[in-house]
Amino acid sequence: MCGVAGYCGPAFGADNAQALLRDMTGALRHRGPDDGGLYIGEAAGLGHRRLSVVGISDGHQPMVSADGHVHISYNGEIFNYVELRDAMMQRGRIFKTSSDTEVILHLYEELGPDCVSLLNGDFAFAIWDERRKRMMLARDRMGVRPLFHSWQNGTLYFASEVKALLEVPGLVARIDPVALDQIFTLWAPIAPRTAFLGISQLPPAHIMLIEGGEAASRPYWNLEFPDANDPGDDRSEAALAEELRALLDDATRIRLRADVPVGSYLSGGIDSSVIAAMAAKKVPQGLRTFSVTFTDADYDESVYQSQMVEMLGTTHTSVQFRASDTADLFPEVVSGTEQPILRTAPSPLYRLADHVREQGIKVVLTGEGADEILAGYDLFAEARVRRFCARQPRSRIRPHLFRKLYPYLPALQQQTPEYLAAFFGAGLDAADEPLFSHRPRLRSTAAAKMFFSDDLRATLGGYDAAEELASTLPAAFVRWHPLHQAQYIETTQLLPGYILSSQGDRMAMAHGVETRFPFLDPRLVEFSARIPPRFKLRGLSGKHLLKIAARGLVPDAIVKRPKQPYRAPESVSFARKGGYVAERLSAAALADAGLFNPRSSGKLVEKCLNKQAAGFRDNAAFVGVLSTQLWVDRFAGKQPPFQKTRRS
Amino acid sequence: MTDPSTAEIRTFIVDNFLFGDENHPLTDDTSLIENDLIDSTGILELVAFLEQRFAIAVNDSDIVPANLDSIARISSFVGGRLGQSNSAAN
Repeated sequence: MCGVAGYCGPAFGADNAQALLRDMTGALRHRGPDDGGLYIGEAAGLGHRRLSVVGISDGHQPMVSADGHVHISYNGEIFNYVELRDAMMQRGRIFKTSSDTEVILHLYEELGPDCVSLLNGDFAFAIWDERRKRMMLARDRMGVRPLFHSWQNGTLYFASEVKALLEVPGLVARIDPVALDQIFTLWAPIAPRTAFLGISQLPPAHIMLIEGGEAASRPYWNLEFPDANDPGDDRSEAALAEELRALLDDATRIRLRADVPVGSYLSGGIDSSVIAAMAAKKVPQGLRTFSVTFTDADYDESVYQSQMVEMLGTTHTSVQFRASDTADLFPEVVSGTEQPILRTAPSPLYRLADHVREQGIKVVLTGEGADEILAGYDLFAEARVRRFCARQPRSRIRPHLFRKLYPYLPALQQQTPEYLAAFFGAGLDAADEPLFSHRPRLRSTAAAKMFFSDDLRATLGGYDAAEELASTLPAAFVRWHPLHQAQYIETTQLLPGYILSSQGDRMAMAHGVETRFPFLDPRLVEFSARIPPRFKLRGLSGKHLLKIAARGLVPDAIVKRPKQPYRAPESVSFARKGGYVAERLSAAALADAGLFNPRSSGKLVEKCLNKQAAGFRDNAAFVGVLSTQLWVDRFAGKQPPFQKTRRS
Repeated sequence: MTDPSTAEIRTFIVDNFLFGDENHPLTDDTSLIENDLIDSTGILELVAFLEQRFAIAVNDSDIVPANLDSIARISSFVGGRLGQSNSAAN
């Protein structure tokens, strides 16, 4: 796992190029503390920071092909590199190193840009083909590894994180108002947009070719589901569970490939427990496992973590997270996410990665991705209940199911059936509209936009982020089962934009820790897409097939426990912080940035910091305003964070 | 003229759910739910306010949109409860 940086465009002096690449890679040092390197060519340059995991002694980058014409700077891991290398060796190719980097180089020489379709891995890389004068950028299917780019005076600059791009002379950090609206609706910008005006991200599963001063990007893979009238994979539940288990086992096996020890996160839920159980059987020297525990019992899952540790006999350590840690770490967290966030949930993961690194481990497996591909989120069951209620709008019995879905939300437990139905839009939302499954979440999140300043509202001019999201959906979407529609939105928007980014890569890589996700193995993703909906969501119980597949691997108490969403202490954590919280949320700082209404934001701050009972919406708004203000301070500095314009 | 309880209810809603935004086109009949002005925690805040400010009892079965989903409905509900209290006192 590493950091990449580079440019492609008109030549500028070697000294200038070297200085620039040094500055850019210097900003990525946390991603690759072990080694660094540069390549400067006639019309392109590559920089690299390395976290040595595979081919430790001979994997220096940028790496060049045997003929000296193809150069690569690469961040990530190709988990099937052993099989790809063996196949190419049989075809007569000679390898000089034991690294997966060289495998990509050879594969590129054989197949050109199409080489990406053979890669089973998490990657973002740049390949400079000196003969063709062509730069290729590529990003993995699910969007695990980031890659950002920006044009400046006819040159395309790119890097693993935006902070490296901000080293490019003339490139300034301004917030993209549309991205802010998207974050305050969808939790993340819609790729290729980022929080930074004029800086884009390469969307997941895309390649970009830059040749002759022009860039063209295209997807090389798409997430697809069968039509609703197509039975999909029509094997029995037992047969599907067996295949799921076999695929997951192999996905875990190849994700243990490394020349350094690989550990595993244990959250206490079924996903990470299954992964740890499979990994433990394959690590004869003993698996290291890691957890975060919470002093606040509402968030703590240590009882289940202990059960799993006892069952597996792993060498386990945990780090305890106090409510005040959220506030203590939050500026560093926002520096890592590089985008405003509406949840504090990244903070404990930031702390956990720090702990893992202190323990001398560079690579960990996690259970992320199962909720998306196997339908574990409450949102999927919630959409089902909403449809069920809408069929009998007068029923006083049906809305009680919402209580069953959210046992961890006390305010919801106290509502009457009438209000439950009203909150979830039962009878209000059209069941056949594309975003039906996500409407309550979108509404609840977008309520935070009431704090936008008049200038920001005028600039946005009635822009609707949900409408834009709907416009990005593929044509086949309307033919899919409602559960698959909801899974598509969750897997292509929230997963790469927030879960794998703000809670994933950015929190772990801030400490030089690489996270690997067996559930996001392409074979598993494609297999899961064809599993009939009834085997994913059984009644209100998500991940049904995984629960079958996990039998014997994980204690029944973990398989059968109600889903507890991963959460962290929210606005109450900031109550006694003072310092940067008071400064960034002061009327003067809010007015200075110009993004939020100082008066209404001030009342929100007062409510959240002085009362214990702020609800989900108020918390999300508070965290959103504070993280945006921190973003402005960290990235825009004294410059105006946005240009006041009016959208036409 | 707006009766005092309606004015107080309006002030509470503007302060707590609109965070002081007087420019919001909030009429006495604006639905709090349909306009995303209130969530489940907000309902409980509203009930606590009504019980404390007007010294009325709000039963679980009273907590329905028909009673609480707009300023006019809340005002009518409170008026009804206060009327009951007065009748009982007489």
